[in-house]
Amino acid sequence: MGSRWTGIFWSFVFLAVPVLGVATFAVAPAFDIWLPKDVSSDGATIDSLFMFILILTGVVFVITEGLLFWFLWKYDAAKATGPATYVHGNHTLEVVWAVIPAGVLLFLAIYQMNTWANVKMRRPAMSPTLEVVGRQFEWRLRYPGRDGTLGTPDDLFLVNDLHVPVDEDILIQLKSMDVLHSFFLPNLRVKQDAVPGMKIPVWFKATQTGQFDIVCAELCGWGHYKMAGQITIESRKDFNAWLESMYAKQEATQPEPAAVALAE
Amino acid sequence: MATATSSSTLVTGAALTASPNRQAPKPRPVMEFLSTYVFSKDHKVIGLQFLFSTLLWFLIGGLLALAVRWQIAWPWSDVPVLGKLFAQQGGQMAPEFYTMLFTMHATVMIFLVIIPILAGAFGNFLIPLMIGADDMAFPTLNMLSYWFMWPAFFFFGASFFVEGGAASSGWTSYPPLSTNVAAAPGSGLGQTLWLLGLTMVGVSSMLGSVNYMTTIILMRAPGMTMFRLPMTIWAMFITAVLQAFALPVLTAAGFMQLADRTIGTGFFSPEGNMVNNAMASTGGGQPLLWQHLFWFYSHPAVYIMILPAMGMVSDIMTCFARKPLFGYRPMVYSIAGIAGLGFIVWGHHMFISGMNPALGMTFMVSTMMIALPSAVKTFNWLGTVWGGRIQFTTAMLFALSFVSMFIIGGLSGIFMAATPVDIFIHDTYFIVAHFHYVLFAGTAMGVWAAIYFWFPKMFGRTMNEFWGKAHFFLTFIFLNGTFFTMHILGAVGFPRRLADAYHYETFHHLQPLNAFMTWCAIGMVASQIIFAINFFWSMFFGPIAGRNPWRANGLEWTAPSPPGHGNFDFQPVVYRGPYEYSVPGADKDYLMQTDPPNAAAAALAAAAH
Repeated sequence: MGSRWTGIFWSFVFLAVPVLGVATFAVAPAFDIWLPKDVSSDGATIDSLFMFILILTGVVFVITEGLLFWFLWKYDAAKATGPATYVHGNHTLEVVWAVIPAGVLLFLAIYQMNTWANVKMRRPAMSPTLEVVGRQFEWRLRYPGRDGTLGTPDDLFLVNDLHVPVDEDILIQLKSMDVLHSFFLPNLRVKQDAVPGMKIPVWFKATQTGQFDIVCAELCGWGHYKMAGQITIESRKDFNAWLESMYAKQEATQPEPAAVALAE
Repeated sequence: MATATSSSTLVTGAALTASPNRQAPKPRPVMEFLSTYVFSKDHKVIGLQFLFSTLLWFLIGGLLALAVRWQIAWPWSDVPVLGKLFAQQGGQMAPEFYTMLFTMHATVMIFLVIIPILAGAFGNFLIPLMIGADDMAFPTLNMLSYWFMWPAFFFFGASFFVEGGAASSGWTSYPPLSTNVAAAPGSGLGQTLWLLGLTMVGVSSMLGSVNYMTTIILMRAPGMTMFRLPMTIWAMFITAVLQAFALPVLTAAGFMQLADRTIGTGFFSPEGNMVNNAMASTGGGQPLLWQHLFWFYSHPAVYIMILPAMGMVSDIMTCFARKPLFGYRPMVYSIAGIAGLGFIVWGHHMFISGMNPALGMTFMVSTMMIALPSAVKTFNWLGTVWGGRIQFTTAMLFALSFVSMFIIGGLSGIFMAATPVDIFIHDTYFIVAHFHYVLFAGTAMGVWAAIYFWFPKMFGRTMNEFWGKAHFFLTFIFLNGTFFTMHILGAVGFPRRLADAYHYETFHHLQPLNAFMTWCAIGMVASQIIFAINFFWSMFFGPIAGRNPWRANGLEWTAPSPPGHGNFDFQPVVYRGPYEYSVPGADKDYLMQTDPPNAAAAALAAAAH
């Protein structure tokens, strides 16, 4: 095993890491194993940040793994002649490879702040479109009734069937009834944990119509895997019609709101 | 030959130092057996006890992982063996069983394998040997640190067989799922046992930590200054400091959760919290408090789980590159930097937890910055290989793969540190890929490197190189097949901890990829059979190693293989750092730390005896 072929073989094993690594990422989109279709106004920024980091880390990945291969190839004891280079380090190099990554990382940190602020800190000034409450193992939805305010007796209650109008700011008030859940809309790049005892605002703006998944992304018990919902993004007209039909359905089964003394 | 020099020294040394001990009355054989091999206070025996225990749990954790992978690849299909072992739904896995499996896989791997194999097994075995001490500072505490693992083994092991099964609220044990007894089947007695087990692991780690710090500070051999310590010891030292400062928080939090569950306190349950129609007895708590306390320990714990491996890999790489470590001081400072910054990044586990998003931004900046010392370490490892004379031994291959894989694990961390990107990939397979690259492809590969490297010192024999390389090759291929693909799975948003995700429109096409990954995982576990056979066969039939089979520099290689009680048969005196390989003008390509400075001094030393 001590022959020079040994070193060549192992160098190539290590070369396979960057080659197959890059190949995996290059081929994955062709098999649709990639970022799911984005239908939100902020998703594009998040995706481009993902791609930016992917390219940045990809370059570092290829260079460092490439250097590792090259050094293994070149400095194989069975091939290289003479003694190893007797050196304990290099001050300039240390400074260079500390300062450059520091600059890049700091840039990356500052560069993304605005996106984070947009999706998590700059809440649109509006009353909540609806309330979403996680519960083992379903998403309970509460739309304001005809009066337009949440928490009144004419509120509309639904389960797992979320409808929102397209091209409008949507503000969700996210709560949990029991344990932690996470409200995950893969196609809208939205994810937020629901915490019992907290009301957490979640906002997004959909840009295309269609039906997409609501996924629970925080372990919530044995039925976590089936805590699925569906979000239907539709035109304002379709949304109004749907809402109207839901109101009508609810009113057919309950007395006039005024007759109900109960208010929550 | 260094061995010749040291063996001439040792005869006189041994005669002088060992004689008083021989006067002690001889204990009865049974007692002697117990005190030598069971309740031993010898750091090497304790280290090996840790090693054997953790390797056994490694096997159990690996099998748990296979059962998890089976369900992800072929949901609800009959599980071989397991279906017969735990008769349920005719061989099918129940979803609550699945949640228990991944909870216990992580728990076993983190608390019963990685942390104790690094600090317990290698820390114990190597620290006194590498600093030239005869044992740890507190041998009895050291023994207790091992025996406190046994209650943990018992609690975690027994929890599988109690009603409702073992803990199933994830290894992070987030309340209210974990605190409310009705929240999940595993949130009953299983969760209580889990918390007790965790406390015992904590006690063990704390006893070890105090011991390591004291030993490294006080018991170094003459001439062994702090900046002549091998990287392994620096890493173990800083890890011990991390443990000492972070662990009390977890222990306290564990007791708070235990109190919430058993005596009706309300640290983590909000007012009026109902789960599955059961009311928490008291309210007024906050679930996020647990997350803060848990991650305040568990983020530093991430470094506890990698720093010792980084240290050991540095030592192994210099030996087989026949070259001094590139940038010794920057390597030490970056370990210290990682440890320091490690205390202010815990919030990056909580970006979307409901924590104030402004706080998320500060944690994002500190997290970005912690990538820096890791980058510096990687560049220095590359610098170490550069210009070397590389010997492709099994230990070296594992050490090189540590570097290669750590690059992946380090870079993928940047995605999660970027808060907007984390929104999408949080709790998906991207993070699963990330921490498996750090902990399995990183630490576990580092541990194998260390086993192949120090095996001769542990058992006096070397492991088989051919089968070692076969083990490396198969593990390396299969681990990448299993874990690299997880990145692209995460890019789709494929969530972790789901017993069956294929009913979602977004994820239904990912089953073939998951099946491929499961086959790779099966291959990876199967490859360990080679390791197991090689390990035990070499222990009894491997070639005799001698003191210094790798021609390495460290103090441990001047001791006999295996070293007797008291380690050194002479008083080691240290003249230089541990990385003096290929020194120009030297008559061999390594200069041990104990080799006298020059020929004249050597002659003088010989004359003195």
